[in-house]
Amino acid sequence: MVSLSAAAFWLLALTILGAALLVVMSKNIVHSVLWLIVVFLGIAGVFLMLGAKFLAAIQILVYAGAVCIMVVFGVMLTQREDMSKSNIFNKRMLTAAPVVGLLLVVSGTLAFKSVDKAPVNGGSVPTNTVEAIGELLLSKYVVPFEVAAILLLVALIGAVFLSMEVKPDADND
Amino acid sequence: MLTTISPMHFVVLSAALFAIGLFGAITKKNAITVLICIELMLSAVNINLVAFNMFVTPEAFIGQIFAIFVITVAAAEIGVGLAIMLTIYRNKLSVDLDDFDWMKW
Repeated sequence: MVSLSAAAFWLLALTILGAALLVVMSKNIVHSVLWLIVVFLGIAGVFLMLGAKFLAAIQILVYAGAVCIMVVFGVMLTQREDMSKSNIFNKRMLTAAPVVGLLLVVSGTLAFKSVDKAPVNGGSVPTNTVEAIGELLLSKYVVPFEVAAILLLVALIGAVFLSMEVKPDADND
Repeated sequence: MLTTISPMHFVVLSAALFAIGLFGAITKKNAITVLICIELMLSAVNINLVAFNMFVTPEAFIGQIFAIFVITVAAAEIGVGLAIMLTIYRNKLSVDLDDFDWMKW
């Protein structure tokens, strides 16, 4: 008898891996970005399975919402010619496939071998994750929190500065 | 193995997702696709962090808070990366990574 969580896990894993393969394999970059949204929604489902409700909401807001739309804007501003060949492979396919396969085999076997040694408590995450994370972020982890805020500010200013239009007849002083 | 879920399942799922992202990042010509594949790899790391948060330290929220910081860094990275791609496209009229060879010697 397959339990409900096991069925949910296998469904989510199939969705995530299938959509991720389509992201890599599709020849049109717009289709890649659309499949990327499916991957991120699947990962939000995995977060819900693992009791991380706040992270699932953040995942949908930041990744499936903001990041994907920003990538679509980037595609719109950079592609001019034929879209159907906008996302093709380069010549490194034959070297990349064995390297990635080896990585997957090694990490898979290590995971199977360490399944009994993992320090598993088997406890359950507290249900009100937002309050606990909020308190921890503003007390114990306040310094990394502020550093992350500064990082986002720097990234915002840097993105605006980098993509600012440079007039060809402007005097460069 | 099929009917019960252990931490190993999440580790293997995240390893497979990471491998797919790495494969795309190595083999794609378009620079924006490489950014997308880096996002895939960062998401795989997030799955690992949240899984170990639940199975190892469910009360301390270490993994979830680390995952929040990973998401922050990923958002900053894709913003700056896309801005760089736009600037390169304006100068070179291409997003093909094989065309970016100014620093070759």
